[in-house]
Amino acid sequence: MSTVKLFNAGHTACSGCGESLAARLVMEAAGPNVIVTNSTGCLEVFTTRSPQTAWGVPWVHSLFENSGALATGIVAALKAQGKENEARVMAFGGDGSTADIGFGIISGMWERGDDVLYVCFDNEAYMNTGIQRSGLTPFMGATSTSPAGSVTGGNQKQKKNLPMIAVAHGVKYVATASVGYQKDLQNKIKKALEIRGPKYIQILVTCPLGWGSDSSLTIQLGRLAVETGLYPLFEVEEGKITNTMNVAKPKPVEEYLKLQTRFRHISKKPEEIAKIQAIADANFKKYKKDSVLF
Amino acid sequence: MVSRRAKNILIGKPGTSLANKTGGWRVFFPVVDKMKCVACGMCVMSCPEGCMQTTKETKTLVDLDYCKGCGICAKVCPKTAISMLKEEK
Amino acid sequence: MKKVTEGLKAIAETVALCRPEVVSAYPITPQTHIVEELSVIVANGRLKCEFINVESEFAAASVVLGASVAGVRAYSTTSSQGLLLMAEVLFNMAGMRLPVVITDANRAVSAPINIWNDWQDTLTIRDAGMIHLFAEDNQEACDMHLQAFKIAEDHEVMLPVMVNLDGFILTHAFDPIEFPSQEEVDKYLPKYVPLEKLDVKNPLSFGLMGGPDRYLETRYAMAETMKTCPAVIRKAARDFNQMFGRNYGELIEEYKMNDAEIVLVSMGSIISSMKDVADELRAAGKKVGVLKIRCYRPFPVEDIIKALCGKKKAIILEKALSIGGVGILTADIKASLYGQKNVPEISDFILGLGGRDIRISDIKAIVARAEKENVKGEFYGLDPKLVEEMDK
Ligand SMILES: Cc1ncc(C[n+]2csc(CCOP(=O)(O)OP(=O)(O)O)c2C)c(N)n1
Ligand code: SF4
Ligand code: SF4
Ligand code: SF4
Ligand SMILES: [Mg+2]
Repeated sequence: MSTVKLFNAGHTACSGCGESLAARLVMEAAGPNVIVTNSTGCLEVFTTRSPQTAWGVPWVHSLFENSGALATGIVAALKAQGKENEARVMAFGGDGSTADIGFGIISGMWERGDDVLYVCFDNEAYMNTGIQRSGLTPFMGATSTSPAGSVTGGNQKQKKNLPMIAVAHGVKYVATASVGYQKDLQNKIKKALEIRGPKYIQILVTCPLGWGSDSSLTIQLGRLAVETGLYPLFEVEEGKITNTMNVAKPKPVEEYLKLQTRFRHISKKPEEIAKIQAIADANFKKYKKDSVLF
Repeated sequence: MVSRRAKNILIGKPGTSLANKTGGWRVFFPVVDKMKCVACGMCVMSCPEGCMQTTKETKTLVDLDYCKGCGICAKVCPKTAISMLKEEK
Repeated sequence: MKKVTEGLKAIAETVALCRPEVVSAYPITPQTHIVEELSVIVANGRLKCEFINVESEFAAASVVLGASVAGVRAYSTTSSQGLLLMAEVLFNMAGMRLPVVITDANRAVSAPINIWNDWQDTLTIRDAGMIHLFAEDNQEACDMHLQAFKIAEDHEVMLPVMVNLDGFILTHAFDPIEFPSQEEVDKYLPKYVPLEKLDVKNPLSFGLMGGPDRYLETRYAMAETMKTCPAVIRKAARDFNQMFGRNYGELIEEYKMNDAEIVLVSMGSIISSMKDVADELRAAGKKVGVLKIRCYRPFPVEDIIKALCGKKKAIILEKALSIGGVGILTADIKASLYGQKNVPEISDFILGLGGRDIRISDIKAIVARAEKENVKGEFYGLDPKLVEEMDK
């Protein structure tokens, strides 16, 4: 079975890693005519231990915070060589790279309108360095820098709303996806790659190690995040919500939280769970099809 | 010349990770009940290692060279055709 | 035909003649006119090039890094704070063996914030793995860019090159500049041919992680390349001289060194004044010569041993220091001479920091002082009133 694919086995991600699954799904949807830039982080480390690489497409890693600018340089170089139709360019980064340290670079790239599909693999913390908090760590989530202490319990801040920040930049296509819905994820990648100009897709990727979840539950958790309303899936095209994933019967957030040790510290605190429930409920109201956001 | 060789050791050839057989990590391994399997492809889509394939004829096959035994496939199978058994080492 | 041109604009014109395919830079004094002028040249269609406006020097360096991995000739330029903001990318670029050329209009580093000249910016980055060239005047600075691309892109080198010229002293000076024709430049500097690049037809991975089992070798390879590239740098200078009839020396330039007893050593624009001082003092019967270091990395150890051993005195004038250590150039020179025979006495002076004027009379005073005793790392030209005030 070991013929070379676009994203190959033999990578060293943890067993059940949602980020590696998402990367494979993205590559299968994108096809071979792409060039990928990748920030430092789990995805980079577990795919490219020299001399080996899991990638079957042209791929480059430079630093933690510059995959967006590399992509700009590559698009420019393709243009200079008259090869802009030979390959589409994708930039990959973790949530830390995207929402925090690399954000200035990404904002610059969006503002210039560069023809890049930026994909954020959102495992909701700095996993590669041992589960520290990022701007996309969810409210109350415990990490090694937002621990469940006796005074404060877990991350005290709300998850940064990066998709809406992208929309405000005039990014042509903005979508959220989850590793729990593989077909949906792949359709969004395909759709984005048809569009010229800046695109942003943020994928929720389960991290068994960082979330404290069983490796077999990666898909279930990716779905529960959506079914509870904590991770709404939508598409925004030219500033308008054109699609949301319908959740007919929302599930209580507790069903999602109880499967992860990062929320264990509130498992017996209904008042804290209620705060998270309120976020989920508000999300359902916020992201409605046909809403014009900008 | 060292300078010329230098670049080579910094560059990876496509798919060379395949040399790294991650199957050794496993504690549990998946067993597919071919009677139950309907080749729906759910497990194939969900495997982080990309080490499964399925057709109506063969039903689901697992490449145990790479399977890390995460158990995702067993959890997503709508026909409960996959069970995870303990490796005997 | 010579054209009187401001230093920075002359460099922009020359860079355009080198036909970079991607340019990205960010404004900072004293470099700004280069990025402005290049954007004008591209906007007027005189250069077919992707000019990318960015939000920081960090982004500019990253954009040209990306372009270089994608196989095109790429260029950026900066100064001071901007160079330090690029630092992480520059180390990465060198480690990835990418032949980008970067101009540094040398400027002091904050705090206190200061836009004027010294070398603290570039010498702080000396360990990145880039080749560092220093220009004495604007004609040399222009010509050095042609050589820089040629050196960087040589397949035996494949390292980024930084061209240094002193902020304001050179960057804002108007000088008659001889510009080569496009045909001549194309002949001297043919199109860049990458060894490998990002290519869907040959999908390689670049920038892999290198563990303890491989990292040492990658650094060894860079160090080895630094040993082989002097030959490439010499050839680039010779070929240039042959084609354009201008000679600035190779790794070093020796001025009136044959019978010199006292040697003034430095880099960059101060060399011109030092040459004048040598002439004057020679007229008064003193055997003074000048050693100009044109290539700072790789450091021309052999050339320096040959030039300095057997002389009575070497006086190093330097515009940067490792605070808590010694002058940076001094450390390199002393290390080069260690264990050699007939090593000269060495005096070294820190001067000109943050744009403090260095006059001919200052250099003469320094020589007079060093003739009396050996001076180690003395700050020359301190304002006694300010020093006293700081003590209060
Ligand atoms: C400038 C810089 N600061 C810090 C680091 C250390 N570092 C490497 S990866 C990483 C976290 C990555 O987090 P994220 O982007 O979310 O990716 P993940 O590993 O979670 O997939 C950090 C902090 C670095 N490499 N470079
Ligand atoms: S830490 Fe999380 S994201 Fe990183 S490899 Fe392990 S499971 Fe994947
Ligand atoms: S999910 Fe189950 S039924 Fe579907 S292909 Fe896999 S083993 Fe067969
Ligand atoms: S156990 Fe995990 S790695 Fe093994 S085949 Fe199933 S999904 Fe793939
Ligand atoms: Mg992360």
